[in-house]
Amino acid sequence: MKILAFATTAAITLAACSPSNDNTRTDSASTSQPAAASTGTSDAPLTGAGATFPYPIYSKWFSDYAAKTGVKINYQSIGSGGGIRQLSEQTVDFGASDAPMSDDEMASAKGGPVQHIPTVLGAVCITYNLPEVKQTLNITGDLIGDIFLGKVTKWNDPRIAALNKGVPLPNRDIVVVHRSDGSGTSYVFTDYLTTVSAGWKGGPGKGKDVKWPVGLGGKGNEGVTGQVKQTPGAIGYVELAYARQNKLPTAAVRNAAGKFVEPSIDAVTAAAAGVVQKLPPSSDYRISIVNAPGADAYPISSFTWILLYKTQPNAAKGKALLDFLHWALHDGEQLASSLDYAPMPALLVARLDTTLATIRVGATP
Amino acid sequence: MTEFVASDAAEAGVVATTPTPARPSRSWTEIGSEIGDRVYSWSIVGFASLVPILLLTIFVAVGVAAWPALREFGFSFVTSSDWDPVAKHFGAAPAIYGTVVSSFLALVIATPLALGVAIFLSEFAPSWLRQPVAFTVDLLAAVPSVIYGVWGMYVLVPVLRTTVMPFLRDTLHLGVLPLFSGVAYGPSMFAAGLILAIMCLPYISAVTREVLAAVPRSQREAALALGATRWEVIRDAVIPYARSGIIGGIMLGLGRALGETMAVTMLIGNRHEIAASLFAPGYTMASLIANEFSEATGDLHLSALMAVGFVLLLVTFLVNAVARWLVWRTARER
Repeated sequence: MKILAFATTAAITLAACSPSNDNTRTDSASTSQPAAASTGTSDAPLTGAGATFPYPIYSKWFSDYAAKTGVKINYQSIGSGGGIRQLSEQTVDFGASDAPMSDDEMASAKGGPVQHIPTVLGAVCITYNLPEVKQTLNITGDLIGDIFLGKVTKWNDPRIAALNKGVPLPNRDIVVVHRSDGSGTSYVFTDYLTTVSAGWKGGPGKGKDVKWPVGLGGKGNEGVTGQVKQTPGAIGYVELAYARQNKLPTAAVRNAAGKFVEPSIDAVTAAAAGVVQKLPPSSDYRISIVNAPGADAYPISSFTWILLYKTQPNAAKGKALLDFLHWALHDGEQLASSLDYAPMPALLVARLDTTLATIRVGATP
Repeated sequence: MTEFVASDAAEAGVVATTPTPARPSRSWTEIGSEIGDRVYSWSIVGFASLVPILLLTIFVAVGVAAWPALREFGFSFVTSSDWDPVAKHFGAAPAIYGTVVSSFLALVIATPLALGVAIFLSEFAPSWLRQPVAFTVDLLAAVPSVIYGVWGMYVLVPVLRTTVMPFLRDTLHLGVLPLFSGVAYGPSMFAAGLILAIMCLPYISAVTREVLAAVPRSQREAALALGATRWEVIRDAVIPYARSGIIGGIMLGLGRALGETMAVTMLIGNRHEIAASLFAPGYTMASLIANEFSEATGDLHLSALMAVGFVLLLVTFLVNAVARWLVWRTARER
């Protein structure tokens, strides 16, 4: 049903689209400029669809930007997968995703090459319910992997005790709680486990849904949190913003430099900064920053991306989108930490400015 | 069987038609009304056939979308327990099992309760109590399922984990049965069955109440006249008369349980595993679709979810067919 509705939307949008769009699809040699079409759509709002994780800050950006410039942006937070599909079908002007597009997805996008623009940073926190323990627990990636693989089943396991000297660890069963719905949070978490745990890499692997070896599934951050709070001995993972807003206990995770780091906005930005310094100039920004280098980097961190075509056939819309992205990366970024997102390192913003300048507006690919 | 069969005449009376009067010669108004009749009958035929056509298009659309997955995995789609979106292998057996078992569990719990409520309300309750209680029970049907889910997660599940499950398993020693063994996490097939029982109870009880109210007075009076006690009147005269209607109500409740999504997702633990114990987490087809549809990665994953939807449609269809057959059979037996 959804597919039908989706197909209908696609058909209507295509039918309503400018002639220039037809040119791109039939790849004709015609040089007709899209100016005529763009005058017809110049006051039409920009449309986007995708990830739910950055929706709070995106909606704040869109409303602030509309108040400032009058440019309206409609965004549907239907999930990263839906955002990628709609961008591929050209039913939206931009997509948004918590996981970068795969090469296959990039190749099947109907509007040509896609540019990933990282916008803000998020992180995944390990939360737990141990009434006996008042201190912050220390944990390593390898150990998280073995807990979620079902190999470590007791809280007083010697491997946990070795990291937490002096903490009264109870003889409780560990109850693993994971996300039951497909989500970017699961993607980042399993991306991290695949990076640091050989057992996880050879087993479930990384994805928005994976085959969880053990545990209970909760729907959404709130579902995981609910089950962790209700179950003594439970361990789960939730995104940073949610953990901070609900004041959940979170573990300090050992990073690549060997230091135990608690999740915080600064530690997430530090993780991105560590990776960006070594970024090759040719990078398409489809980069993972899990287990990032840097003494203060929080290891389970990630970008979230806005996706747009490198060639924008509609001049007016393309320019409006680029103007918005420029505003978001400079002014919008200042709002990030107040909404519990980590802002991007300044070095990356400077590089993105040059990348945005390469987007071709009002041309056919 | 000691059934009192005073009902045949009453039942026949319902379907008896009045004889049509002889027609005088046709007038213009009559021809006009005949055309009106035709238009009317065509349009109601049209409206009536809209529903089967709609159902058919849903079946076809879901079937077409499900085809790639069904072709890829064949029969193993319904027998395999391996649901692995990363490896792109999909088997929906735990979800099918979970849907059937949680719904069945719900009926086992809800049916006696709902019948009790309905019988009390229609036969025993003083009139000042009847309306408020009936209203409250009906109100259960109006509560949104997400409210049941939240209530289940924060109230029902902790009580189950700390009190009910240990009581059943250890105090009553039911733990020797595989059905009640294992670790009590809380979120489980048992929790899902309980919440579904509460959710389908008002449907069963409302239908049963109406059916019992439709049993003619003469049926009860005949039984009383033969010296039956109140209990015997209900057991031998009223219930058998209403039996096919009651089965219809139970099947309506079952339909509700099979398709319920939100509350079950929040309580069942969402685990792709067929476990003997009711205390173990499970999955249902509806929750699987709800959980994974929006973020399904790749065409095969989407198609597999559509295939789950297709199987769910088939199961619902099958259950309704069986229900029809049961109603038809019990109606014929009398």
